[in-house]
Amino acid sequence: MTHSIQVKDLSLNFGSVSVLKNMNIDVAEGEFIVLLGPSGCGKSTLLNCLAGLLDITDGEIWIKGKNVTWAEPSDRGIGMVFQSYALYPQMTVRGNLSFGLKNAKMPKEEIDKRIARAAGILQIEPLLDRKPAALSGGQRQRVAIGRALVRDVDVFLFDEPLSNLDAKLRSELRVEIKRLHSRLNNTMVYVTHDQIEALTLADRIAVMRSGIIQQLAAPQEIYNRPSNLFVAGFIGSPSMNFLHGATIDGGAAFQFASTKINLAGYEGGAILDRPKAILGLRPEHLHIQDHSEPGLTIPAVVEIDEPMGADSLVWLEAEGGLKMSVRVPVERRMAAGTPVHLKVDISKASIFDTASEQRV
Amino acid sequence: MADVAIHSATVVRPRGAKPKTRFSGGNIMLYGTLFVVSVYYLLPLWVMVMTSLKGMPEIRMGNIFAPPVEITFQPWVKAWSEACTGLNCDGLSRGFWNSVMITVPSVIISIIVASVNGYALVNWRFKGSEVFFTILIFGSFIPYQIMLYPIVILLREMHIYGTLYGLILVHTIFGMPILTLLFRNYFSSLPEELFKAARVDGAGFWRIYFQIMVPMSLPIFVVALILQITGIWNDFLFGVVFTKPEIYPMTVQLNNIVNSVQGVKEYNVNMAATLLTGLVPLIIYFVSGKLFVRGIAAGAVKG
Ligand SMILES: Nc1ncnc2c1ncn2[C@@H]1O[C@H](COP(=O)(O)OP(=O)(O)OP(=O)(O)O)[C@@H](O)[C@H]1O
Ligand SMILES: [Mg+2]
Repeated sequence: MTHSIQVKDLSLNFGSVSVLKNMNIDVAEGEFIVLLGPSGCGKSTLLNCLAGLLDITDGEIWIKGKNVTWAEPSDRGIGMVFQSYALYPQMTVRGNLSFGLKNAKMPKEEIDKRIARAAGILQIEPLLDRKPAALSGGQRQRVAIGRALVRDVDVFLFDEPLSNLDAKLRSELRVEIKRLHSRLNNTMVYVTHDQIEALTLADRIAVMRSGIIQQLAAPQEIYNRPSNLFVAGFIGSPSMNFLHGATIDGGAAFQFASTKINLAGYEGGAILDRPKAILGLRPEHLHIQDHSEPGLTIPAVVEIDEPMGADSLVWLEAEGGLKMSVRVPVERRMAAGTPVHLKVDISKASIFDTASEQRV
Repeated sequence: MADVAIHSATVVRPRGAKPKTRFSGGNIMLYGTLFVVSVYYLLPLWVMVMTSLKGMPEIRMGNIFAPPVEITFQPWVKAWSEACTGLNCDGLSRGFWNSVMITVPSVIISIIVASVNGYALVNWRFKGSEVFFTILIFGSFIPYQIMLYPIVILLREMHIYGTLYGLILVHTIFGMPILTLLFRNYFSSLPEELFKAARVDGAGFWRIYFQIMVPMSLPIFVVALILQITGIWNDFLFGVVFTKPEIYPMTVQLNNIVNSVQGVKEYNVNMAATLLTGLVPLIIYFVSGKLFVRGIAAGAVKG
């Protein structure tokens, strides 16, 4: 497996503020990496560093086996798509697409050929002679993608390209970007704070917080085995249920209030006895039933149910006033006040050490 | 479109009280005030224009508001080409061309330099760029009087004291703070991502400036143009201090004509000379007033 992008010990400070801290990322050729994290965590900053638009404080960036740490943006073999489209307003679509190629002194026939190809792929041929002001949001974003496309580069950088579009257009373009990726097969680094985009597009997701990568793994891995409490809480909507308790019996069981849950079948490391631990359960990994099974169920009372179309969310209150959510088929309506038992699928659960916040 | 509008107008009737018509108290106050203010500003202009079209005998009769009985353009001709200042008797035309030769290069050079300054300060921040900017702005708070004599010495040392070049240099430098501020604020209101996109597209400092920034900045260039043309054309102080009689700008020459002590005071010539001098800024305002307002609105005075 050859590396397309390698980030080595990258740090970036704005004055005395450290925005990126000692980052290490290896991206394989053709891989689709999504940078995901809350606002202000440094996603755009990292992308700008990769593009060469910001001078880094420390570390190295390699693209395609070349050290590009101090190379100009245009010499890095990257194309970039911005959130605000950033189309040159005074140029036509054709002018926007050809600007970079003209700067590179490419012959006219070659420019025309590339524009024709990109316009074909993105279906923007009829728009080529319009100004950006005469385009819709979705069309503008296509042109912006086209501008990266004509550069014929190996690495695409996207900074929240869809977040200015409405929901319907967003899902359409999302699919289109995925199609584009499977067709061109180049490396993509994609910034978003939309989980759906991240989970659907990514080969691997890098979850970031305050300039530190919390976990870099495949979407399923991130979803099912979040490496720490932050990742667990950040991914998934509604978020994971967290039960604060302790692991006992040498790690064989989890004690939550008066409920004891059997941990046999947990997929993870040695659980051990931890006086303070957190059991994380996703809403879809709990099953509502009316009888209790010792060591396998948690008693709770239904508060409200929210039908959401495809399925339905049931909100319950467990011992100690803990609010929990469970996903059920939409036909299953639950009356408020019904006492029920939640069966735990321990093979899909996560246990966190309260002190270190790391997954056990 | 039109019939849609008519249709909706018949359906959606306006509600609430009818708007009051012309003669409400508020309107009388408003228009009254506007009328008084316009008279206040227009009356002197009226007097000037009328006087400049009268012959001296008629002026001596004393009714300054009355229109001329006999219209003569002789005062205008005299003001333009015959009036004497000191040793020269070729009228204001000399000053006019001097002012043109001072204003045109000063305006062009100062706008070019200031716009590049503003662009660099916003998009190519270098170490100490904020300090540089602060010093530049601070410069605009120092009273001119303090700097006059040092500049005289500087220009003398550079052997351009008393030349057009010297005055052009002074105007260019003194326009720098406000123009740089103007351009910096405008450029920082343009989306930063455009600049980044151009960098990724391989454009350098000058290409981004000429092909991306300038085409998007027409309004602010117009504002700068107006500020500089009127400012430099109307300048008197620098003209007096840094040049000598043969190359005095129009304003200085006007002053010398009006204040000349020899012979009788020719009010009609003086009025015509004053109007001639004010003509250039006036034309600029009339031609570009709309653009000016648009440019100001487009971010010139923002943050
Ligand atoms: N030029 C700058 N000077 C100082 N601090 C900056 C600068 N640019 C960004 N920052 C800070 O760096 C941090 C990361 O910013 P960044 O734009 O990378 O966040 P982000 O993850 O892209 O957020 P969002 O999802 O809102 O786009 C923020 O706290 C921001 O305030
Ligand atoms: Mg961002």
